[in-house]
Amino acid sequence: MDKIKGIAHKYGNNINTDIITPGKYMELSIEEMAKHAMEGVDPEFYSKVKEGDILVAENNFGSGSSRETAPQALKQAGIAIIIAKSYARIFYRNAINIGLAALELKEAEEILDRDELEVDMQAGTIFNLTQGKTYRFTPLPDRLLTMLEAGGLVAQLEQS
Amino acid sequence: MAMTLAEKILAAKAGKECVIPGEIVMVPVDCAMMTDILGPRIFAEQIEKLGKPIKNPAGAVVIADHYTPAATEHQSEIVKFSREWCLKHGVSFIELEGPCHQLLAEKGYSYPGSILVGTDSHSCTAGAFGCFATGIGSTEMLGVLVNGEIWFKVPESIRIEWKGSLAKGVYAKDIILQTIGEIGHAGATYCSMEFFGDTIESLSMDERMCIANMAVEAGAKVGLIAADQKTVDYLKYHDISQAENAPLYCADPDACYARRLVFDASDLVPVAACPHEVDNVKPVQDIAGLKVDQVYIGSCTGGRLNDLRIAAKMLQGKQVSKKIRLLVSPSSQRVWREALEEGLLKALSDAGSVVLAPTCGACLGLHSGTIGKGEVCVSTTNRNFIGRMGSKHGDVYLVSAATAAATALEGCITDPRAFL
Ligand code: SF4
Repeated sequence: MDKIKGIAHKYGNNINTDIITPGKYMELSIEEMAKHAMEGVDPEFYSKVKEGDILVAENNFGSGSSRETAPQALKQAGIAIIIAKSYARIFYRNAINIGLAALELKEAEEILDRDELEVDMQAGTIFNLTQGKTYRFTPLPDRLLTMLEAGGLVAQLEQS
Repeated sequence: MAMTLAEKILAAKAGKECVIPGEIVMVPVDCAMMTDILGPRIFAEQIEKLGKPIKNPAGAVVIADHYTPAATEHQSEIVKFSREWCLKHGVSFIELEGPCHQLLAEKGYSYPGSILVGTDSHSCTAGAFGCFATGIGSTEMLGVLVNGEIWFKVPESIRIEWKGSLAKGVYAKDIILQTIGEIGHAGATYCSMEFFGDTIESLSMDERMCIANMAVEAGAKVGLIAADQKTVDYLKYHDISQAENAPLYCADPDACYARRLVFDASDLVPVAACPHEVDNVKPVQDIAGLKVDQVYIGSCTGGRLNDLRIAAKMLQGKQVSKKIRLLVSPSSQRVWREALEEGLLKALSDAGSVVLAPTCGACLGLHSGTIGKGEVCVSTTNRNFIGRMGSKHGDVYLVSAATAAATALEGCITDPRAFL
């Protein structure tokens, strides 16, 4: 996987699935739902995210529902990668399954809103261009990296 | 090697002598449950494109519960799509009978020692039957349908022991809220929460389901209670074939638990999870008097027969406060009928509550009781996140059916012990 470079959008702890994609928008298409993503904590989210940006959060990101619309809407809004201190397990599996990279980084709180980041998935490094700092994370296991590279579980099944 | 409940089930299903936490195992899926909201409508096109058949249609079931009874044309179309997809693929379809997790129990899908995955995070409810049950996303479900199996990282286990008798006015809901308050909403992330002790053994299956249901609210992968004679009796009562042959796995006494917690049930008081997190747990008496607009008794957590019995007993011959509206949604069509036959619905209705269809509706703010801006809802459901039951400017307090009923009578948050 190539390096991913983008602007960080920073949030705190416990960003749950009812915040990422509220239940009342579940009937909408992903394109429409993405416009309401993160509305509970940041109504400007959709308008400010550019393609290839990075969402950074702290503990327990994506807790709650098994709704896959949560990672899908973030991906649709343009998020290329999520960096959090920790994830709720269903969200984490969902993100990888739909082809959205999710990384665990202990120092996620040091990253500030609008920092420019460069992520190297294979090497397991994040370079914070704004602060001039480098962080290390444990790269994803090979089987998950392969799935991400293929573009998610469905794309991988198609190839098999 | 000594194993926890989760390890026992996974080892048996993976065909291994033993498994250890962290190990990745491939297991066959016995039940693949999909809801209307996160089921076929999400992946039908992709499955079509893949051109692969569904490996085990007999083990798959779609339950239309979130969008039933449909509140809009669009919801109706989603249910129709799900129904037609099931027909085409030879998959069982159930609609309008109530929230999925209650139906999985009544229809024998929550079978001891089996593997159940569902496109709903509260699929862990089936853990009350000693079934390794967990929520997955729709794409992962597609993989399960096509492959008939799933990989799991063997979780670490947390041993939660409740001993002693509950005081009057204190229930299973209080047990699980107190447990989550202690562990924290992410304290059991990736783990198996395993419940033991004489308190748990003494609980009915309805009450055990209330406990396992909320394991995911502490982040757990599964919430397990060892199957016993009560489990078998429940299956028999619901005419489930193979009830007698259900494997009754026990955790080994010297199994390795990452953490052990012991609670004394006799110390427990009625508690509430306050906005906007499930682990924000306080004694009901500390928030007593808070003004309430709506009380909701329902869902796969708190709308079972035992909940309706508790509420009906408290409301019998009384009137709910004029300041609030009380909505009751029995957790299945069967529960609805049983409650009718027992006279519970009459008692509830006479007291001024409105009895709704069995549905997910209000629980996730879709229909049948969505709350407005600035409103406060006291609810027997399982989640109080911002916007969960409607407006993001509303507040949800999670409580037992007894606390809900007491609150409905007084029109403000009320400790149920005053009514016993
Ligand atoms: S009743 Fe509520 S928690 Fe249960 S399945 Fe329905 S929406 Fe989910």
